[in-house]
Amino acid sequence: MAAVDELAFHEFEEAANLLVETPHAATTCRSDQLTSQDHVAVTVGSSVGYGAEEVEEEGDKTALLQEEKPQPGFWTFGYYQSFFDVDTAQVLDRIKGSLLPWPGHNFVRHHLRNRPDLYGPFWICATLAFVLAVTGNLTLVLAQRRDPSIHYSPQFHKVTVAGITIYCYAWLVPLALWGFLRWRQGARERIGPYTFLETVCVYGYSLFVFIPTVVLWLIPVSWLQWLFGALALTLSAAGLVFTLWPVVREDTRLVAAALLSAVVLLHALLAVGCKLYFFQPLPLERVVPSLQAASLPPNILLPPTQPHPMATS
Amino acid sequence: MAEAEEPAGDPATASPRPLFAGLSDISISQDIPIEGEITIPVRSRTREFDSSTLNESVRNTIMRDLKAVGKKFMHVLYPRKSNTLLRDWDLWGPLILCVTLALMLQRGTVDGEKDGGPQFAEVFVIVWFGAVTITLNSKLLGGNISFFQSLCVLGYCILPLTVAMMICRLVLLAGPGPVNFMIRLFVVAVMFAWSVIASTAFLADSQPPNRKILAVYPVFLFYFVISWMILTFTPQ
Repeated sequence: MAAVDELAFHEFEEAANLLVETPHAATTCRSDQLTSQDHVAVTVGSSVGYGAEEVEEEGDKTALLQEEKPQPGFWTFGYYQSFFDVDTAQVLDRIKGSLLPWPGHNFVRHHLRNRPDLYGPFWICATLAFVLAVTGNLTLVLAQRRDPSIHYSPQFHKVTVAGITIYCYAWLVPLALWGFLRWRQGARERIGPYTFLETVCVYGYSLFVFIPTVVLWLIPVSWLQWLFGALALTLSAAGLVFTLWPVVREDTRLVAAALLSAVVLLHALLAVGCKLYFFQPLPLERVVPSLQAASLPPNILLPPTQPHPMATS
Repeated sequence: MAEAEEPAGDPATASPRPLFAGLSDISISQDIPIEGEITIPVRSRTREFDSSTLNESVRNTIMRDLKAVGKKFMHVLYPRKSNTLLRDWDLWGPLILCVTLALMLQRGTVDGEKDGGPQFAEVFVIVWFGAVTITLNSKLLGGNISFFQSLCVLGYCILPLTVAMMICRLVLLAGPGPVNFMIRLFVVAVMFAWSVIASTAFLADSQPPNRKILAVYPVFLFYFVISWMILTFTPQ
């Protein structure tokens, strides 16, 4: 046992000396040093298999010490793990960046910094889909309180619709955009466009502003709902436009204008479509007579609703 | 057959080990048979049963599994920092809970097909695919919990919400009304908080500290969706 201790001590000294002498060739020298130590370690008491593993492990570590590590293949778990390599603080910072777009402030360069993540887009889309379905249902509850003749139902199919819509938008539109930019970049050979993941990130984080907007759409005042919607759409689309502007700037004005207006139009379509489908406009002309009816004592209203067993009233 | 006693002078062990002390005393002679059992103290009792479970009665097998499931239910209801849920994971409990919840939540076929609550398959898919997604998310973020352990914890922590569903169904028998709704809202909210706290107690430790919230938020969303389904349940 004392012999093994001596060996470990020596290993550090010699490796450190070699690093001082030849900093650039440090990795190869270190691996040689370690393999010679490992051969001695094998004879001390470990099995041959353990010794071989040790050599491999040290080889992996030295590979990591170099500047570029080889990208793991897309069939390995490590490949996808590299897309979730974010901390809480980073995700919150990216969300803040998407909420406050600024003309010179490129979301990709400032916030993503070549480390796009899939956590944000995926969970923001999931949250938005569920929040849409839940608040749409809540709107029905509130409407039914005002007008008891409206039949309340959980409307679970809206969850499916919301999920499919949001996910298709947040993943297929960036795919089309990325493909289009790659095709134009092939003709231009200028500044490289964003990678597919960065485009998905931009779209995913830009959808975040709709989550509080959808919750605010519970307020049953029509013009306020449209105001909030317009505000959210402006923020979101501005973020997209400011991020895409440096890339399409080099292209012809026609193509740039067409691309940006298409992006904004699709975004607007999504917002308006969600508003109209999940938050059906309350029948305003029925609100007035129901207000008059509500002035009557409530127990007179209850018997007509007995045939519809409601969960909430 | 001289048996010298020298446990203290043994250079290989620093402290006396009562279990192995007798080994140095055995001297081989024709009278003493050289056979026997060296039993190593085991951590979990299941190791001992490995060879003998084939011959036991069916009742024993089922009762053992049921007891394990029941023990884990107790751990969920009174969440402590213990490793039982994680170490001996099983998926029987989550399956029982998910099927019970889905059966109670499914809408009747008499009502309009489009507008009602979730069908059995929808609840099942949401629970299981939700749990798988959260587990994958946790592993991708770098958590060191195994796949099935995480599924086990998430499934078992649905127990408070299943209890809430049963209470809601009982309360709904009393007829609709705002008081009725308030009671159900309160019960579901309390059980939702219980589920989230119970699962966080088990899952948060497996993540690095700067990513805990990233791993816990999907759990929150998952139980929120299930709570929503329970709260909006309307009997037809």
